[in-house]
Amino acid sequence: MSETAFRSEGLVKRYGDVVAVDHLSLSVRRGECFGLLGPNGAGKTTTIEILEGLLAPDEGLVEVLGLQWATHEPELRQRLGIQLQETQLADKLTVEETLKLFRSFYHRGREVSELLQLVELESKRTSWVSKLSGGQKQRLSVACALAGAPDLLFLDEPTTGLDPQSRRQLWGILERFRSDGGTILLTTHYMDEAEVLCDRVGIMNQGKVIALDTPKSLISSLGAPKVVTHHGTLEDVFMSLTGRHLRED
Amino acid sequence: MPPTLLVKTARGGAAHPLVELTLARLREIFREPEALFWAFIFPILMSVAMAVAFPSSGDAPVRVGVRQGDGAEALRTALAAVKTVTPHLVPAVDEARALRDGDVDIVVVPGDPPKYRFDPSRADSRAARLVLDDALKRAAGRSDPWTAQEEHVALPGSRYVDWLIPGLVAMGIIGTSIWGIAFSIVQARMRKLLKRMVASPMRRSHYLLAQMFARLMFLLPEVAIPLLFGRYVIGMPFRGSLLALAVVSLLGALSCGAIGLLAASRTKTFEAISGLINLILLPMWIASGVFFSASRFPAPLQPIVQALPLTALVDALRAVVLEGAPLSVIRGELAILVAWGIVPFVIALKIFRWR
Repeated sequence: MSETAFRSEGLVKRYGDVVAVDHLSLSVRRGECFGLLGPNGAGKTTTIEILEGLLAPDEGLVEVLGLQWATHEPELRQRLGIQLQETQLADKLTVEETLKLFRSFYHRGREVSELLQLVELESKRTSWVSKLSGGQKQRLSVACALAGAPDLLFLDEPTTGLDPQSRRQLWGILERFRSDGGTILLTTHYMDEAEVLCDRVGIMNQGKVIALDTPKSLISSLGAPKVVTHHGTLEDVFMSLTGRHLRED
Repeated sequence: MPPTLLVKTARGGAAHPLVELTLARLREIFREPEALFWAFIFPILMSVAMAVAFPSSGDAPVRVGVRQGDGAEALRTALAAVKTVTPHLVPAVDEARALRDGDVDIVVVPGDPPKYRFDPSRADSRAARLVLDDALKRAAGRSDPWTAQEEHVALPGSRYVDWLIPGLVAMGIIGTSIWGIAFSIVQARMRKLLKRMVASPMRRSHYLLAQMFARLMFLLPEVAIPLLFGRYVIGMPFRGSLLALAVVSLLGALSCGAIGLLAASRTKTFEAISGLINLILLPMWIASGVFFSASRFPAPLQPIVQALPLTALVDALRAVVLEGAPLSVIRGELAILVAWGIVPFVIALKIFRWR
């Protein structure tokens, strides 16, 4: 099969007068970890939801694993793992019950016991979701995305709001997925996440990808001495391209 | 990563998605005690309250107010000896209120002859007048030319509370169906859980079926408990076949579930779904004949009243429980329920917002 995990060409999505996604073209190889980096409102979530087949674009083409959503949705859903921004799982189910629920949707996938190990939630197997910490909930969420042993993981802001330790724990899980041959698309507004995890980063602003390259190349393309900010190097890249900060704090 | 030591099971340790979805919904229900209260305890409490507040009034002594003043005490004593009358002393200023509030059915002003004060438009008061008059004249020494023989015949099922209980069961069926299904769906949508599940290979039909199955698991105790309580504690008759009862209950639950589905199909907030459900249910609580006969509403409103799903369910349940009606007799009501099941369901499927 093709080496391309997914691609889009000329993707456009409008909401009234606002162009949320502005002629976006992208191609990501299998086994790659690709990050969409940008501030809130850049169009990252809209883009990833179109790629996930949850939103129909106004114009443009989307192909995932060589297939189109319009014709191959059931097959694609079996092969993708998706984590949405701000999903709250059912409060009163246990971790194990939640995993069983999601695992049941897939023809093939991992054992629930394996998933618990993968995300280090074995000790919380019988705890209610409502009793988990933020980091534990996100790990459960990723475990649900991994339940079907997917080829491709789509993650929308996987570590937003988490403490540094939880973030690193989650990064470890994602890196293991990568090293097993999986492809990842994630959106984030954390440049450290993009630098650590991603092979390539697309910097998004106002619906467009304004720069696309490896983190290293993006940083070195700045050339002259970096502006020292509190936030680090990709922040500088963004700053120099747009005159704005990545994060509004 | 350590190799798994467990035997690989089909679906990785999970059951069929329909089973898992139904189990998940059932767990949510059982782990939320308020829902259980409404499904089970509420109908029983209502029945008990009704039985206590509305005893068969035929047997209860008539309540007579004796206006305070000259001769009141003597009159009160005389009446107290009569079994069919319960006298109370009432100050003149309080008379009108006591009559209006139903504390007493009639007021007697001592005198020669005494004076009766009552509102003849109230059936209770008219009956009270007869009993009181009879008691006072007997006490004064009237003798009757003959005394008829009396044979008291108990007709079970003719009390208000007997008539009420099937109505309460119907109310419960529709309430649980609509609240249970609509609320759970809107909550899932608000948590973005619906969207998350739709992003997975979960089949939408499985999700909807699971909601229905979980709801139907409650149907048996929900119908049985109040009817058993009515039958064995209150003495309500149960004359119908269990099959007819099952069919009517099932149809009622399914149809009202479809209405709940429609209400929840695009609603995004708790406030909106609560408002919508109340808008649907409250008119029916009033108009469908649960607490008083729907035929009391004027003729121009009857077509609307009779077309309501709760009216059909109430009538069907009453016919089956109190009259032992077979399904053929209530086919009109069943048809109305079927229509209320199919039409909302079809519309809901078309407009349902999954993402």
